[in-house]
Amino acid sequence: MGSLKFDENVCATCPSADCLIKCQYMDFEEDEAHNEMMKIVKGLDSRVLHDCVTCYACEEYCRRGNHPFYLIGERREEKGIYTASRAITNQWINLTQMQGKPMVGTVKDKALSSCFIPDLGALGSGELFKEVFPAVTFGAEFMCPAVHTHFAKMSVVKERLPKVMENFKKLGVKEVICLHDECYGTYTSIAQAYGMEVPFKPVYYMDFLLTRLKELKDRIIPLNIKAAYQRPCSNRLIPHKHRLVQEIMDYIGVDMPGRKYQGENSLCCAEIIRSVAGYKLADDIQGRNIDDMLEAGAEYCVFNCPACQSSLSEKVSKKGLKPVHIIDLCKMAVGEKGREG
Amino acid sequence: MKNIYEALVEIMGERGVSNRPEEIWFYGRDPGVLPPHPPDYVVAPETTEQVQKVVQLANREKIPVVPMGNGMALTGLVIPLKGGIVMDMKRMNKILEVNEMARYVVVEGGTSQGMLKAHLRDHYPRLRHSLPDAPPTTTIAANVSLHGQGCLTQQYGFNSDMVSGLEVVLPTGELCKIGSPSLGPYWFSKGPSLPDLSGLFLGWLGTTGIFTKVGLKLYPNKKIREMEIFVTDKAELVPEIIYKLTHLEMLEDLIAWFQPKPLMFKDNYHLTIYFTGDSEKEIEFKRTMIWDALQEFIDNKDGGFMNVQAMKPNLMENPQRGIAAFADVPRGGGFEYSGPITLIELYPQFAAKVVELAEKYDVIYSSAARVISGGHSMMFSISFAFNRADPAMMERVKKALDEATEYALKMGGIPWKPNYMEQKMTMDHMDPNTLKLLRMIKKNLDPHGIMNPGNWEPAP
Ligand SMILES: Cc1cc2nc3c(=O)[nH]c(=O)nc-3n(C[C@H](O)[C@H](O)[C@H](O)COP(=O)(O)OP(=O)(O)OC[C@H]3O[C@@H](n4cnc5c(N)ncnc54)[C@H](O)[C@@H]3O)c2cc1C
Ligand code: SF4
Ligand code: SF4
Repeated sequence: MGSLKFDENVCATCPSADCLIKCQYMDFEEDEAHNEMMKIVKGLDSRVLHDCVTCYACEEYCRRGNHPFYLIGERREEKGIYTASRAITNQWINLTQMQGKPMVGTVKDKALSSCFIPDLGALGSGELFKEVFPAVTFGAEFMCPAVHTHFAKMSVVKERLPKVMENFKKLGVKEVICLHDECYGTYTSIAQAYGMEVPFKPVYYMDFLLTRLKELKDRIIPLNIKAAYQRPCSNRLIPHKHRLVQEIMDYIGVDMPGRKYQGENSLCCAEIIRSVAGYKLADDIQGRNIDDMLEAGAEYCVFNCPACQSSLSEKVSKKGLKPVHIIDLCKMAVGEKGREG
Repeated sequence: MKNIYEALVEIMGERGVSNRPEEIWFYGRDPGVLPPHPPDYVVAPETTEQVQKVVQLANREKIPVVPMGNGMALTGLVIPLKGGIVMDMKRMNKILEVNEMARYVVVEGGTSQGMLKAHLRDHYPRLRHSLPDAPPTTTIAANVSLHGQGCLTQQYGFNSDMVSGLEVVLPTGELCKIGSPSLGPYWFSKGPSLPDLSGLFLGWLGTTGIFTKVGLKLYPNKKIREMEIFVTDKAELVPEIIYKLTHLEMLEDLIAWFQPKPLMFKDNYHLTIYFTGDSEKEIEFKRTMIWDALQEFIDNKDGGFMNVQAMKPNLMENPQRGIAAFADVPRGGGFEYSGPITLIELYPQFAAKVVELAEKYDVIYSSAARVISGGHSMMFSISFAFNRADPAMMERVKKALDEATEYALKMGGIPWKPNYMEQKMTMDHMDPNTLKLLRMIKKNLDPHGIMNPGNWEPAP
């Protein structure tokens, strides 16, 4: 079982403590932020351990190679501090338990991972995924366990991640195309933070999509729509991939008008926050987020993560925005899907 | 008994009566665990007059008559324990009147829940009735005869409390109206302000008469129906959670349930909270009130609201078909439950008993407790699934259910829709003077003991 690689000295000499200064859910003076982080580093109690809503963003804010969010999770677990209730925490652990019921297509050296999310199976189909679609994997056996970081159950992550990677290894795959950001984030960020070797090359689905769109260039009819992008929490684990959204949108003729809550400032879908911090904060975040999309003049709300889509679809629809997954948007651009998704 | 058959044909016509083996076979059993027993005849009346004439004949000849709806009570209540005539009421399925302003409906004695639901949806969209989670083919008359519960029971009590008048064929064949229809054309009260005679029939499982008409109260059908599920890992907190929720006086239905499978439900207790509104504003207001009511449990990490998106389509069904799916967990499609009515404060003890019985008898369990009239009591279901092709498993389920009933009685609860053995256990526990009164009523109404004999049977 790996242990978190976290360099105390990097924090000790950190000039900014951006991890907490930029946090959207807690306010800190500059010194205070640094002090609180150092308390966490030293294993002392900190208000962060009680108030962090698990948005993952500090993983992006820290530009010095440390992993503040994973450390917060570790410390919470050590101290028995639950983020959500025990019941909800355990429900997630049980729900995602491996039960020997994975679904595996015809896998050769590539697998198309739809994690443990049924919606991803349907998304990863059609012309765009023609070559890899038969190699689909689905089920708890192939699910990245990152969700348990929301519940500060780092032990579950550490116990299950090696098994998941071993399951892929047994398939003999060289590449795993991850349809879920959280999977790609797990194999490239969490595994690395815990010193775990990944026995395959993780491929981010947006990289794959962009390549495919380029191959299908002649079929693309620019969509000429205005859209707001809903950035998921797990994208904070792989911030260098965030730019791909803009590239894809540019490629298929989607305008993304500037917003207050974009990039580093993005607001998450708030569904986990509902469990962790209650409905008031969750409603407030969702309200601000959707209003911001409307103010920017968006017609569509574009999702990357099916979990965000499931929690926000109805709400954005009620406000007149059309919810659509980015893959479906690409399918619309290549003429595989009607405009309304 | 050829002359009886001929007499029945005379009343019913050829097509309304049968003693053919395949029909006798079918009408001799129900989907529960009790062994079958064949009737001698099956009749399917279309008119009140036919019901009366058959009962008069049966009373004269001292032949058992078992009124039957859809036969889905599961506890053998329509198995003709002593043979005789099964009276299948399903052809008396008319909806006779809806009084929209007074919010009641009058239906015939075999009208199904599904028919009434569809009729109201199509013609009176502002009204609804308290649908049980039983299959839509089950009947309204049967449901009130066993004190059923439905989606409005949390608000308005047992479905039988919602009866607003009755027409009954007594065991001697006379036709009798109960409540306001005995005085005039309106069906708005089953008793008050008269002496409430409906108590002579409701809950008697067809042993004191046959309902040919039932008046039933209807309630506002709000435009939006919503739900939340609160989850806790502590059974001992369930009563307090229910108390806080019912204090709101805002909920439609409230069901506390637990089951070990699928794995995501393991070790937790779930409270499905239904609420309704005519606008988004009303819904959101109620939702926030519900969350606020349970904030202290959330703050203590003792419970939280789960994401319901995936489960919502199933749980919003009314009735819920998913309940029947439980029957197929061990393959072979059988399940039966004991559903004692008891105090909500006893939830933790009852919950522990379910698990104990399931382990002892090696059977698969689930439990769902429906809150009754704002928290005065609950129907605590102890359900066990079984494979119909496995008699040993069925026997274990039967024993587990018997023990559950013993336990419920010991804890001061009341068995709901008890089978004949559970009725006997109940009568054994009953205050002797109460039992004497019960027997006196039964004897006077049904001197020859022809109505659904074996049930609520007075000792010889
Ligand atoms: C999946 C499932 C879910 C269920 N959920 C619920 C629930 O949520 N709430 C609930 O209350 N029940 C529930 N039940 C139990 C049962 O199905 C219902 O109570 C249902 O209303 C029984 O109706 P029936 O027509 O099948 O009754 P039957 O089994 O035919 O009869 C029940 C009793 O009523 C008597 N009876 C029938 N018709 C008349 C009449 N016209 N006059 C006098 N007596 C009569 C019968 O003699 C018998 O004693 C459920 C059952 C199943 C299988
Ligand atoms: S986690 Fe990163 S940003 Fe935060 S104090 Fe340490 S080095 Fe600085
Ligand atoms: S995970 Fe989010 S809420 Fe928690 S400390 Fe980091 S930035 Fe703040």
